[in-house]
Amino acid sequence: MSIIKRMVTCYINDIPVTVPKGTTILQAAAKVGMHIPTLCHLDLHDIGVVNRQALCRICVVEDEKRELLVPSCAQEVTSGQRILTDSKKAIMARRINLELLLSNHPQDCLMCVKNLDCELQSLAHEMNIRQIHYPGEKMNHPIDNSSFSIFKNPNKCIMCRRCITMCDEMQTVGVLSAVNRGFDSTVSTAFHLDLQDTSCTYCGQCASVCPTAALAEIDSTPHVWREINNPNKHVSVQVAPAVRVAIAEAFGQDPGTISTGKVVMALRRLGFDSVFDTNFAADLTVIEEAHEFVERVKAGGRLPMLTSCCPAWVNFIEQQFPNLVDVPSTCKSPQQMMGAITKTYYAKEANLDIHNLVTVAIMPCVAKKAEASKEGFNDEGFMDVDYVLTTRELARMIKEAAIDFNQLHESDFDHPLGESTGAAVIFGTTGGVMEAAIRTAYEMLTGKPLKEVRFESLRGFDGIRSASIDMGGKTLNVAIAHELGNARKLLNAIENDEVHYDLLEIMACPGGCIGGGGQPYHHGNVNIIEQRRQAIYQLDQDAPLRKSHENPAIIQLYEKFLKQPGSDVAHKYLHTHYKPKPRI
Amino acid sequence: MNIQDVLDTSSLDSNKLLELDSFIDQCENPKHEQLIHVLHKAQHLFGYLPPNLQRHIALKLNCSSAQVNGVVTFYSFFNENKMGEFTISVCMGTACFVKGSDKVLDLVYKETGAEKDVMSEDGVFSVKDVRCIGACGLAPVLSVNEKVFGHVEAKNVKSIVDIYRKNHVKN
Amino acid sequence: MSRIKSIDSFNTFQTLLKPREDVRIKLFMCAGTSCLSSEADIMIQMFQKLCDEHELSHQCAIIKTGCFGFCGQGPILRIEPGDYHYVQVKVEDVDEIFNEHILNKRIVKRLLYRNPHSDEISIDASSMDFYQKQHRIALKNCGHIDPEIIDEYIANGGYTALSKALSEMTPFEVITCINESGLRGRGGGGFSTGVKWEVAYLEETNEKFIICNADEGDPGAFMDRAICEGDPHSIIEGMIIAAYATKATRGFIYIRAEYALATHRLQIAIEQARAYGLLGTNILGTLMSFDISIKIGAGAFVCGEETALIRSIEGGRGEPKNKPPYPSVSGYHRKPTVVNNVETLANVPNIIVKGSAWFRDIGTSTSPGTKVFALAGHVRNIGLVEVPMGTTFREIVYDIGGGHPKDRKIKAIQIGGPSGGVITEKYFDTPIDYESLKAIGAMMGSGGMIVMDEDSDMVEVAKFYLDFTQDESCGQCTPCRIGTKRMLEILERLTSMQGSIEDLESLRSLGEIIKWSSLCGLGQTAPNPVLSTLTHFREEYEAYAYRTKKKAYSIDPAKCIGCTKCARSCPVTCIEGKVKQLHVIDESLCIACGACFSACPVNAIIRP
Ligand SMILES: Cc1cc2nc3c(=O)[nH]c(=O)nc-3n(C[C@H](O)[C@H](O)[C@H](O)COP(=O)(O)O)c2cc1C
Ligand code: SF4
Ligand code: SF4
Ligand code: SF4
Ligand code: SF4
Ligand code: SF4
Ligand code: SF4
Ligand code: SF4
Ligand code: SF4
Ligand code: FES
Ligand code: FES
Ligand code: FES
Repeated sequence: MSIIKRMVTCYINDIPVTVPKGTTILQAAAKVGMHIPTLCHLDLHDIGVVNRQALCRICVVEDEKRELLVPSCAQEVTSGQRILTDSKKAIMARRINLELLLSNHPQDCLMCVKNLDCELQSLAHEMNIRQIHYPGEKMNHPIDNSSFSIFKNPNKCIMCRRCITMCDEMQTVGVLSAVNRGFDSTVSTAFHLDLQDTSCTYCGQCASVCPTAALAEIDSTPHVWREINNPNKHVSVQVAPAVRVAIAEAFGQDPGTISTGKVVMALRRLGFDSVFDTNFAADLTVIEEAHEFVERVKAGGRLPMLTSCCPAWVNFIEQQFPNLVDVPSTCKSPQQMMGAITKTYYAKEANLDIHNLVTVAIMPCVAKKAEASKEGFNDEGFMDVDYVLTTRELARMIKEAAIDFNQLHESDFDHPLGESTGAAVIFGTTGGVMEAAIRTAYEMLTGKPLKEVRFESLRGFDGIRSASIDMGGKTLNVAIAHELGNARKLLNAIENDEVHYDLLEIMACPGGCIGGGGQPYHHGNVNIIEQRRQAIYQLDQDAPLRKSHENPAIIQLYEKFLKQPGSDVAHKYLHTHYKPKPRI
Repeated sequence: MNIQDVLDTSSLDSNKLLELDSFIDQCENPKHEQLIHVLHKAQHLFGYLPPNLQRHIALKLNCSSAQVNGVVTFYSFFNENKMGEFTISVCMGTACFVKGSDKVLDLVYKETGAEKDVMSEDGVFSVKDVRCIGACGLAPVLSVNEKVFGHVEAKNVKSIVDIYRKNHVKN
Repeated sequence: MSRIKSIDSFNTFQTLLKPREDVRIKLFMCAGTSCLSSEADIMIQMFQKLCDEHELSHQCAIIKTGCFGFCGQGPILRIEPGDYHYVQVKVEDVDEIFNEHILNKRIVKRLLYRNPHSDEISIDASSMDFYQKQHRIALKNCGHIDPEIIDEYIANGGYTALSKALSEMTPFEVITCINESGLRGRGGGGFSTGVKWEVAYLEETNEKFIICNADEGDPGAFMDRAICEGDPHSIIEGMIIAAYATKATRGFIYIRAEYALATHRLQIAIEQARAYGLLGTNILGTLMSFDISIKIGAGAFVCGEETALIRSIEGGRGEPKNKPPYPSVSGYHRKPTVVNNVETLANVPNIIVKGSAWFRDIGTSTSPGTKVFALAGHVRNIGLVEVPMGTTFREIVYDIGGGHPKDRKIKAIQIGGPSGGVITEKYFDTPIDYESLKAIGAMMGSGGMIVMDEDSDMVEVAKFYLDFTQDESCGQCTPCRIGTKRMLEILERLTSMQGSIEDLESLRSLGEIIKWSSLCGLGQTAPNPVLSTLTHFREEYEAYAYRTKKKAYSIDPAKCIGCTKCARSCPVTCIEGKVKQLHVIDESLCIACGACFSACPVNAIIRP
């Protein structure tokens, strides 16, 4: 009885459909195979984010009995309701509303970063728009390309507010807000400040859901082309773990397709001189971080220790929790360690002049772009990393060079900075850094070999996870959070002494870097992130070595260059410090 | 916008800032719900709401500056720019409009030299168009600060403006 | 006076509140916004001083009261006994009134209202054309009590309804009574108040809220302001009863920032009600607890929309939410929240005291009761009129409003403000109620009623309203944010003679889509003024589209006597001519302000 009460039957284009109470018209229509175009709507409920504000009015359908148009994305079905998705009124309203949006939009698709990957453009195509009947004044707000990460062109904004939902609700950073009123309203920062002057963490989650090119990554491809085309330069590139499980999507393959070898080959064909694996540096990070942790535990230093490999998270703590800036690990992120090692150790080994050595990183991340130029990462007289390309940008370069990615032969990373273990690849997903660190810390602390390397309790997708790990008699309390809102909850609980942990891993993006702001667009399908995650764990499982400290190239690096973990050389090149920043 | 101008509150009168802070401390919880209330108070104290003041309020209410700025730019009552000594508000409500207040407004702009959202160069006047100030019986109506002038005809505008300009010169 | 601890002691207290025997003469001076801006406050002080000087304070009371409605004749002074109405009283008249009326018991004839048609003098309200067809329920205390003194409200029957509800009725009986009265929301939508309360009543949660919507954004309407200023306790009593019926514990009055005086009076009233134990915990010794805070808006018309209003109370941008869910299910803090208009709430105590049958007897069957309109524009008597539903436009404009001030032809009546449309002469005999208005393609709105004479430019009027809604759009949804802008651009194109006949079709199609698909009532009604003038005055649009419209004023050479008055009145000095010679207007400079038209003593100015 109660179940029946909770179900409602309505009619979509005369087809009866019975759905649970609370189902939207859009969802009910999907059940009977009726497609309704949408634009502002974004349903990421698997990661707890839904933008259901019914603002664009593209998804309107007709409620037959009330002779009313209603937004199908937000309106819940009622019993006996008769919905027409294709009434004259509905079609006309959709069309005119889209025309209105376009009448206020710079229509420069040909040169637009979102060309052929744009929800507004696809909609215009789908709705057969061939003319704008109501032309008029267009908005004219300043474009912001001040930061190294995010490009903001408010004139392409259609006011869907997805970005605000991400920044406010998921990340709790609150950099963006609707400002002004009426036709002048747009999405902006406080006082129209440049993003680089705000508390933006550059996580890029806003850009990853923006349906247009109003928010996108800063394009670094021209710079990289210029370096590649300069015969005097040795251009070295590194590839982050999450890139290899996502890039194939840009070439029409299924999410979760593993394409490590193809990426390496593509990079060679593009003209990079040496192709390294960020995983190598991830292993290195594990050693340095586990060492730092063990030292803190032994010396009674400040706990919990926080991981520091996610730059968006580092920005977040510097701005939002300035009194906690001494708790993250001082280790640089793998990207920066790799850059530093390339420009020192590798340059020496390969006998390269570092003035002619250019380091490029391929990252799932837009925050890494800003990280590369952040103060503290270039004070040894060189930039650790000169340019960062996102997964999307690399895919664009591959297309530009007319390389048929899917047909490529596989290739291997170069030595010595191409060697890595399974512990490194899981850096790409939430919980991975922690698991990798524990595999090494366990052996450092106990001196005994670890038999089971899989820590099920650290895996999963919940926003905050915690576990107690037996470290040979001593219990280690750890917690993992992904998305900055969850990080905030965790830090608040720690500040209020509600919980006690020894080690925390925090990643800014949903799912960690696999859900990074520089990855191919998921267009609202969170399942894609899950498939990338499975691929990451597959890579770990298939790896011959699964503990970072067993990586022979790393062992050699310490022997030849760094001496031991935490040494002065290591500190000079692989560690950094954090500074409190004002909150805007 | 220079970021230092946003971060630095030294240009704000410190006594007024203290008064604002204690006002905020006395506000009911949750504090961020009192934002509009606080902005009214702040504008009353400072005359307008410059960015550094908005950010100060954001920090005190534990919300983001973007949120505060979003609210300030939504409501026409809040001014982000400095206001002239006298604010002339011309009623553009319907009762006044049908009696020609749009013409009155044009003339007020012309006579004062102020522009929309920008005070006159000499700092004497700001001009606003407002919606019905509730004295429709006297339409068309304008007010200078608190003082209401009813049955304003185009030909009176100059003399009203002149009175206040003279007042200003005297001060 | 301290807290009243039980319903019985309230009833006793009320019966003891007899009018002061010794006070023989009461002077009710209007202290509404309009009259105050004509120095009513100074006159109040002057009267008080005169009383003191003549040692009459004990038998003569000077009472500042709420708006009499007849603001166009303000400031108004009413004197009891006898209900004498002195109109357009000026500071210079105070001595004379005091000496003649108070001391010598002689009426000051020249200050009485003179009917412009019959030239007859009226002494009291019942003989004034303006009041004759009115029926005052919501405005009944305005002009009769001092709104800053709770005892006067109570003595006049105030809080009787609350005492009755608390002692004799269950919450559900209260709802049933309101339901049966047929009271419909006066804020514009006309939704059944009883049903709204019932929905909130049926929601089972620990917290519910009552919000009084005093945002009154319709530019040119001021009935809610008058009630807040003149009878604040009636709103508070209405809210307490609503809270009792729905089991709400907290209330807000959301009021426009422009309404300083109304806010002040409401604040005083709330404090007085609290002191008497009519607000707070254990109201009148019962288990009921309820308190009210005032929230002040900040200049956004859209905040009158209930969901936007709630967001504004929550400290945010006043952006409406898609409905459903309606506030009565999920409102402030996502809890059930009843949002009612000021006038709606002011009706409630009367219905509870006199019963639903009494209320149903007034007005029409589908729209019982009265409605207050703010009558303005090209009409002689400007002010607030409260009439039974079913009164016709003609009665309001001609019988109550006195017709056009210069007896010119009235072309149209705009009703419903920026959400409404125009009524043409053909429909002037339509009885005003929700259904009849809908049938002729208009809507009640909140009560703005603007009369427009034959010289009004309907395209300009439509543009005025659209400019307003366009400017006040919150900017959230596509049709309203961009669509109204495009419509306005088209109208601007037309009125600057750059348009074409195709523009008229664009206006219609855009207007319809904006109505159908906007998120909130603002957008859903914004095109109405354009669509309705386009229907009824298409020829005026065509004159613009074909660029045959004339804009400048001119002078009829046959009539001009060369008196120079027009030239002196022209704000842009575009009239030339020597004394006693023909004057000429430079049409390229004329801004069509009409000043010369009013100035000319011989009607020589020709309107465009
Ligand atoms: C744009 C817009 C403005 C409104 N302004 C007001 C207003 O100023 N006062 C008011 O009482 N209702 C206003 N309303 C109606 C309210 O949303 C709401 O329906 C009303 O307050 C309910 O009260 P009632 O049922 O007593 O009329 C407005 C609606 C819209 C769409
Ligand atoms: S954002 Fe989309 S629609 Fe706009 S220019 Fe770019 S590709 Fe075209
Ligand atoms: S789609 Fe049309 S506009 Fe674009 S490139 Fe092709 S022909 Fe040109
Ligand atoms: S990059 Fe992240 S922090 Fe910056 S605006 Fe976008 S969502 Fe907010
Ligand atoms: S910037 Fe992009 S995501 Fe944000 S509101 Fe505009 S279109 Fe939507
Ligand atoms: S989680 Fe990964 S992709 Fe996201 S910001 Fe952090 S490092 Fe970049
Ligand atoms: S209709 Fe207008 S006011 Fe209402 S939500 Fe849409 S944009 Fe805002
Ligand atoms: S209408 Fe006004 S501007 Fe035109 S001539 Fe007459 S007074 Fe001058
Ligand atoms: S006011 Fe009339 S009569 Fe006098 S100069 Fe002007 S047009 Fe001629
Ligand atoms: S998708 Fe439903 S309103 Fe935008
Ligand atoms: S319209 Fe101007 S005061 Fe009301
Ligand atoms: S304000 Fe005095 S009569 Fe209306």
